[in-house]
Amino acid sequence: MDIFAQQVINGLVLGSVYALVALGYTMVYGILGLINFAHGEVVMIGAMIALAVVSALLAVSPDMSPFTLILIASAAAILVCVFLAFLMERLAYRPLRNAPRLAPLITAIGISILLQNIAMIIWGRKYKMVPQIFPTETHEIFGASITSVQLFIVAISGVLMVGLLLVVHFTKLGRAMRATSESQRVAGLMGINVNKIISVTFMIGAALGAVAGILVAGNYSVAHYSMGFMLGLKAFTAAVLGGIGNLGGAVLGGLLLGLIESIGAGYIGNLTGGFLGSNYQDVFAFVVLIVVLVFRPTGIMGERVSERA
Amino acid sequence: MSFFHVKSMSVRYGGIRAVRDVDIKVNEGETVALIGANGAGKSSTLNAIAGLLEHTGDVYFDGANLTAQPVFARVKCGISLVPEGRGVFGRLTVEENLLMGAYLGSSQQDQDADLHKMFEFFPRLKERRRQTGGTLSGGEQQMLAIGRALMARPKLLLLDEPSMGLAPIMVEKIFEVIRGVSKTGVTILLVEQNARLALESSQRAYVMESGELSMTGESRSLLQSPKVRAAYLGES
Ligand SMILES: Nc1ncnc2c1ncn2[C@@H]1O[C@H](COP(=O)(O)OP(=O)(O)OP(=O)(O)O)[C@@H](O)[C@H]1O
Ligand SMILES: [Mg+2]
Repeated sequence: MDIFAQQVINGLVLGSVYALVALGYTMVYGILGLINFAHGEVVMIGAMIALAVVSALLAVSPDMSPFTLILIASAAAILVCVFLAFLMERLAYRPLRNAPRLAPLITAIGISILLQNIAMIIWGRKYKMVPQIFPTETHEIFGASITSVQLFIVAISGVLMVGLLLVVHFTKLGRAMRATSESQRVAGLMGINVNKIISVTFMIGAALGAVAGILVAGNYSVAHYSMGFMLGLKAFTAAVLGGIGNLGGAVLGGLLLGLIESIGAGYIGNLTGGFLGSNYQDVFAFVVLIVVLVFRPTGIMGERVSERA
Repeated sequence: MSFFHVKSMSVRYGGIRAVRDVDIKVNEGETVALIGANGAGKSSTLNAIAGLLEHTGDVYFDGANLTAQPVFARVKCGISLVPEGRGVFGRLTVEENLLMGAYLGSSQQDQDADLHKMFEFFPRLKERRRQTGGTLSGGEQQMLAIGRALMARPKLLLLDEPSMGLAPIMVEKIFEVIRGVSKTGVTILLVEQNARLALESSQRAYVMESGELSMTGESRSLLQSPKVRAAYLGES
C-alpha cells in the first residue's frame, strides 16, 4: 500500500469536513466581521442530535433502511442547528451589533462553553459510539484504500460546497448576501432587510455545520460533547488560511489543512526521529495558523487586509 | 396633504443637533432642491428621510406616515436615495449593482426591461456590465448609483450631490439624466453644492444654514435673490 497516497486520501476526507465547517465561520465573518467561536459547538450539536435520532429510531424499528435512517437523522440535526443559529444571532449577537469588538467575541466564547455544558448534561460525559448503519466496504484507488463512508463524506461535502458557491454567486439571495457584506447601509437602501440576510447567513452556516458534524461522527464512529472544540479551531484555521471572509478560500483552506495534517501526521515520526508520534497531528493546524497570521494575515485568497479583524 | 412632507424633523449626533425642526414639502412630480454650505445638514436630512438615521418629527409620504419604518420598508414605499459618495458595491459587477436596485422589484420581465432602459440611458455602463463596480471611474459610478436607484422604480428620488467630484462635461450629462427622469414623472429632492445648477434644474428650493431652513421659494426667484446670489452663487 502506498503510504503517501493513503495520507492524501485521508487528508482530503478530513479536509472536506474542515471546509464545510470553515464555510460557516467565513460566511459570518464576511457579513458581520465576527468570529463566531460557537460554530464548532453547533457542529457538535448536529452530530449529537443525529446520533440520538438514529438510536431512537433503531430502538423502535431495528430493521429500518440505513438510507431512511440517515435521512431522518440529518433532517432533524439540520433543523435543530438552524434553529439554534437563529436564536444565537437573534438573542446574543444582534444586541451587540454596535458594541465594541471584544463584546461579541467574548459572548461567542461564552455561548461555546454554554453549549458544551448543555450537551454534557443531556448526553453525558462519555464518548458515544455511533452504530454502524452502513456496511463498511473498502475501495482501492491509486494504491490506497478508502471506505464507502469516506467516499460519501467527500461526495456530500463537494455537492454542498458547490451548491453554496452557486447560490452565493448566481441567485438573488446570494447577491443580497454579498451586497450586505460590502455595506449594510447601502444594502438597506436597496430594500434589503439586512437583519434577515444576516440571520439567513447564520442559518446556512449552521446547516452546513450540522452535516459536517454527522460526517465526522460517521467517520470516527464516535461522538462527544467536546468534539466541536478542536474541530472548530481547525476549521477556523482553515478559514484564516484560505482568507477569512472568502468562500472559495474556506474550501481551499479546509482541503489544504486536511492534507497538511494528514501528510504531516504520516511523517512526523520520521521527521523527529520518533520523538513525536502521529498523535501530535494537531500541532500542524496551529503551526499553520501562526505562520499565516504572521506572514500573510489575509490568507491565500484574501485580497485586502481587513480593518475589521 | 402633500405628496411628501417632512414635519419638524431633527437629527442628533450625540449631543449635537445637526438638523433642527426642518419642514419640507414636495408635490408629486416636482423637483425640489436643497442647497446650503458644507456642514449645513443637507446629507443628514436626506439620510434621515431615507431611514438611515434616527430622527424626531414625522415623515409623510404618499398618504402614509413612515416615521416608524426602517430603511428597507421606506424603499418599499417608493423612496430611493442615491447617497453622498455613491455607495456603489465595489465587488459586485455593474450589472449586479443594477439588479440590486431592483431587489424588491416585481417581475423578471420588468427587471429585464428596466435593465435594458438603464443601458440605453448609460451606454457606458453597458460596455462595463461585467466589470466590478470598484473599477469604474467616479462619473461612471455616479451613473451606476443613479441607474441603480432608478431600477427600484422610485416615486421619490433623493439625490445627494450627484455632481460631486465630476468633470463639468460629466456633470452636464448627469443633470441631463436627472431632468429626463423628472420628465418621466418621478418626484425628486436634490441636494447639491453647485447651487446654480440645482436652482436651474428645480422648480422650488430650500436653503439650509447650520441645521435650519433659512429660505424657501421658487428656484427662479431664488436665483435672483441678492442674498442667495451673494452666499451661494459667488456673486456680490
Ligand atoms: N456621523 C456623524 N457624527 C457626528 N457628527 C456628524 C456626523 N455626520 C455629520 N455630522 C455633523 O453634522 C453636521 C451636518 O452634516 P451633513 O453631512 O448633514 O452636512 P451637509 O450639509 O451634507 O454638508 P456637505 O455639503 O459638506 O456634504 C456637520 O456639522 C457634521 O460635522
Ligand atoms: Mg453632504
